[in-house]
Amino acid sequence: MTYTQLALISVAITIVLDLWVFRTKHLTRRLFWVSYSIVIFFQLVTNGILTGFGIVEYDGAAIIGSSTPETNSPQFIGDGRLFFAPIEDLLFGFSLVVLSLIFWVALGRSGIQRNPVSGPPRRSVWKLLGIKQ
Amino acid sequence: MSKFVYVSVLLGCLAGTAWLEFFLRTRVYQRTWRLILTIFPIVLIFSAWDAYAISQGHWTFDERYITGITTVANIPIDEILFFIVIPICAILSFEAVRSARGWKAGDEGES
Repeated sequence: MTYTQLALISVAITIVLDLWVFRTKHLTRRLFWVSYSIVIFFQLVTNGILTGFGIVEYDGAAIIGSSTPETNSPQFIGDGRLFFAPIEDLLFGFSLVVLSLIFWVALGRSGIQRNPVSGPPRRSVWKLLGIKQ
Repeated sequence: MSKFVYVSVLLGCLAGTAWLEFFLRTRVYQRTWRLILTIFPIVLIFSAWDAYAISQGHWTFDERYITGITTVANIPIDEILFFIVIPICAILSFEAVRSARGWKAGDEGES
């Protein structure tokens, strides 16, 4: 199978696990989508470093775009890439992040170190951001 | 030193999220056992994917930028560390948002 096929299958499995198997239902929660939008920004940056400098290189036969060139960087946006990374990496990252959160919340729900819960933020955070509490 | 480029990116991820544990009181590292139990299956699942992808040549690594230490099925140790670090960063971000906004995740328990 190609990376494209595997990435799509992994997303499908992740969705099924989240909604119907573990029933964590992250994909229906505001908490997840706000967290994920922060995560995806940093994912694009760090993955951009790994793929843009050719630290990780891809075979064009396995992805929608073409192979990582021998000498120079792959395309920044276009040719099946976004921030140098193959768009398949976004699907891979989605599965990795969502599956991690599924396991994390499922364990907490079953009573494994549910406590101490997170928060509240230290007052200094709000002060730094200029938000009155 | 270029051998540590990949690992340095991961260290950057850890350093970039570590402050959340203190300032947003995410209590992720504090719940060590739960964190370990979360990461363990992730490492297994994604290492299997990695092993297959490496065997099929889906992706390769520039040997100048990885440590050169290889684990099972030709998986560079850098990749194993990736499957540990990224879940930690994701969970820290998730718990940081929960800390700041108080939104529900479904594991709050009764009352």
